[in-house]
Amino acid sequence: MTTTAVQETTYREAVREAMREAMQRDERVFLMGEDVGRYGGGFGVSLGMIEEFGEVRVRDTPLSESAFVGAGIGAALGGMRPIVEVMTVNFVMLAMDQIVNTAAALRHMTGGQFSVPLVIRMTTGGGRQLAAQHSHSLENWFAHVPGLRVLAPGTIEDARCMLWPALLDPDPVVIVEHGSLYNAKGPAPTPGTEVDIDRAVVRRPGDDLTLVTYGGSLGLVLDAAERLAVEGISAEVIDLRVLRPLDSAAVAESVCRTHRAVVVDEGWRTLGMSAEVSARIMEDCFYDLDAPVDRVCTQEVPIPYAKHLEEAALPSVERVLTAARGAVGRDG
Amino acid sequence: MSAARRKEAAATSGSHAVAHAPDRDALYERMLLVRRFEERCVELYSSGLIRGFLHLYIGEEAVAVGVLDHLREDDAVVATYRDHGQALVRGVPIGPVMAEMLGKAEGVCRGRGGSMHLFHAPTRFYGGNGIVGGGLPLAIGLGLADRMQGRDRVTVCFFGEGAMAEGEFHESINLAALWRLPVLFLCENNLYAMGTALDRSESETNLAVKAASYEVPAWSCDGMDVLAVWEAARRAVELVRDSGGPVFLEAKTYRFRAHSMYDADRYREKAEIEHWRERDPLLLLRTTLLADGATEKDLEAVDARVTAVIDEAVAYAEAGTDEPVDELLTFVTSGR
Ligand SMILES: Cc1ncc(C[n+]2csc(CCOP(=O)(O)OP(=O)(O)O)c2C)c(N)n1
Ligand SMILES: [Mg+2]
Repeated sequence: MTTTAVQETTYREAVREAMREAMQRDERVFLMGEDVGRYGGGFGVSLGMIEEFGEVRVRDTPLSESAFVGAGIGAALGGMRPIVEVMTVNFVMLAMDQIVNTAAALRHMTGGQFSVPLVIRMTTGGGRQLAAQHSHSLENWFAHVPGLRVLAPGTIEDARCMLWPALLDPDPVVIVEHGSLYNAKGPAPTPGTEVDIDRAVVRRPGDDLTLVTYGGSLGLVLDAAERLAVEGISAEVIDLRVLRPLDSAAVAESVCRTHRAVVVDEGWRTLGMSAEVSARIMEDCFYDLDAPVDRVCTQEVPIPYAKHLEEAALPSVERVLTAARGAVGRDG
Repeated sequence: MSAARRKEAAATSGSHAVAHAPDRDALYERMLLVRRFEERCVELYSSGLIRGFLHLYIGEEAVAVGVLDHLREDDAVVATYRDHGQALVRGVPIGPVMAEMLGKAEGVCRGRGGSMHLFHAPTRFYGGNGIVGGGLPLAIGLGLADRMQGRDRVTVCFFGEGAMAEGEFHESINLAALWRLPVLFLCENNLYAMGTALDRSESETNLAVKAASYEVPAWSCDGMDVLAVWEAARRAVELVRDSGGPVFLEAKTYRFRAHSMYDADRYREKAEIEHWRERDPLLLLRTTLLADGATEKDLEAVDARVTAVIDEAVAYAEAGTDEPVDELLTFVTSGR
């Protein structure tokens, strides 16, 4: 692969390349999880890695989320740099004890004696007709917890480039990958690209309002911004991409300039990321706001199976457009 | 570690060279240290200096003392919220342990952990865990790191029989057996999980049988007799180290005190407690030592030595300072 032409890749391949690179760079890095080896990963992310790195470094675990996430914690304490893959954010609920009570708490609870340099990756989100036990966006649960860093790569570049700095972080990092992104195609990032795992990023500059989003919703928000431009509304799009610690400054900088904001989040509205972001906008930009902050979230329902029902539950371009028009006073 | 802490650690260090015959005097002294330490904790709790949950190990001392004698300095220990005995016997410095109980900045965890969450990196003491069963996945992970890095270290994970009903026990021992991880699963069966007796929580009350179903060598020992624990643990630790795979050892023991200081102990008969007290591990070893020629005076001298160590630890803790509130948010993340 010495060609200089821009390579096409997918989000799935980008995550895989990131893991391959990390394992080549640091022999302490290994991957474990359910079906990451012979099966190639529940979503095909680690396909081929067991052949390349062998069974010791690409470890198929039994169905025991708590044990293998906790084993990742212990292995990190023992000097390794584990990447633990949990198939979906719904299944990671079975390992919540280890993540919240141990991984996140350990540094503080031990007065700084121990840290847990562990990366936990998982799929999140809906849109694939997998219904109520495989489709939720529960990343806000992790973003609630002091001691964790939570990343939501919404682009191929972030998928490719966030893993290495996450592995260098001495603290536990949760990475949520939206399931509908795996097949997304785009140019492969140039080798050596560095991305920030502290800060949000402006994906599209604009003046009339700010659309704040992350992860799987980024694409539809960018589509909505494009359509708004046609209507003469200039929307700035902020991709949070780091859900904890939240980069409020980036959001405030934009909203204080545009005076209007809509938060788009595939999680539920109640106590979700959107609630936190809008509270921070209120705290940081109250006197600069020209309209109430609006939110586009998933309807408060366990995600249904039927296609039309699922679509009705999830954020859509149309719902973003409606909220954006409302925010700039162009509704109806 | 500060110079003061290093000195403290040296003075009370319990990390011993692995022995082939038990040093009975040393075992006695260590059990007594744990017993007297906790008796002092009760006083400090009554006077309000120790707060929160306080789980006493009184009656169970033979287990930690008999087991930990077989560990090397580079081995690791994972314990539960009932962790004072394991911490002291492992050699976590007693002054900082007491300071932790008092919530002082000089505590092992700088006052963040308290009684249930004692941790100490230099002795590879990985807690203290307030979650029943929560230490098991962590312990097998330490074993996994050793296995992957080709080290012959052993991780001992203590847990109560109550934890054997938790999924984390089953998930962890299965994974340890499957991957052959060098972990000693050390079950302290004191017959109760808070107020729930073993036969009210386990369908199979023979715990070694239960563990053996995971293809793990498993057996039981008399947890009140420190020499029996010592011998069983010697075999167990050797087997883990030599085979590189897990072993399960059940120590049949009993706690003489309530589950914690909050517990009114309504769920068991006084006669049952009295019956077990006749097999107090200190009493048993004391009888043996006296029969073997020790004198009452010798044993009094041990008591005096232990008491002096504890007095000093309490003084150290009481002289401790409060962590400045400015430091509240320190250690949440590395602040990378
Ligand atoms: C996951 C969890 N559930 C419940 C509790 C409350 N709790 C604390 S100790 C305990 C009993 C545990 O018994 P056992 O494992 O036998 O240990 P022992 O206290 O007898 O040493 C319970 C139920 C807890 N701390 N964690
Ligand atoms: Mg018990």
